[in-house]
Amino acid sequence: MIAHLAASFFCGLLFALGLGVSGMTQPAKVTAFLDFGGDWNPSLLLVMAGAIGVYSIGYRLVLKRPQPLFPGKFQIPRLRKVDRPLAIGSAVFGVGWGIAGFCPGPALASVASLQREPLFFVASMLAGMAVYEGVERWRRA
Amino acid sequence: MGEFLLAFVGGCLIGLASVLFLLFNGKILGVSGILGGLFQRRPNDTVWRYCFVAGMVSGGVILRFTQPSAFSFSLSRSVLAIVTAGLLVGYGTRLGNGCTSGHGICGVSRFSPRSILATFTFMGFGAAVVFVINHWLGGRV
Repeated sequence: MIAHLAASFFCGLLFALGLGVSGMTQPAKVTAFLDFGGDWNPSLLLVMAGAIGVYSIGYRLVLKRPQPLFPGKFQIPRLRKVDRPLAIGSAVFGVGWGIAGFCPGPALASVASLQREPLFFVASMLAGMAVYEGVERWRRA
Repeated sequence: MGEFLLAFVGGCLIGLASVLFLLFNGKILGVSGILGGLFQRRPNDTVWRYCFVAGMVSGGVILRFTQPSAFSFSLSRSVLAIVTAGLLVGYGTRLGNGCTSGHGICGVSRFSPRSILATFTFMGFGAAVVFVINHWLGGRV
């Protein structure tokens, strides 16, 4: 149990270090990457190449095991059908990403800087997530 | 190290953290899903999420002291714009079931059609918003 929690902590730490080293925690770099019509900065393409390269090999090796290291089963999403919430939600996310240059991971790691922008961003992002859960609960009731 | 090499190395660290997370816990490393799950209050499903968040913020603290430039926020964004963006990112990633990590890295590596559509959608909308801000609004909102 403790090892399982320590592993979660360690993966979060390594993930945040990767985000910082790669430049993802600098919103100006992110918006420069998204600015295809202007002074385009391709460096985030290399972030994706590194991450997808390592994951696409590593994930196939890991899934050769019958189960994860800690008790439990592999939980890989099996749903493959594209639907409306997926498209609308991703579009809404993209609009917010373009405005602030933050996606959830880099914003969360940037909380440690105690700057005003990541603090306000993460607080309102959590509020947006809570609103989603509230709407879902209301719809199911 | 140059910007492009750092971007690639950082990307590899991001991929490695995601592979280790799958190996240890059997789950997809998706930051919006890990955060959003905190609002679902499922039994025995909360503490590991807080450990991951604590790990990410600790990684941010390490970056703050070793590489302070990782947290430069140089965009001209009002508090209102940041808060709006945070709400959109929080709600959108939950509705669309993932963000840059879960869809953009893990899902694309698995050739998941849902994740590939999500990634093109949030990048497309992000690019459109950045275009409007940088080229029509003079770079500030």
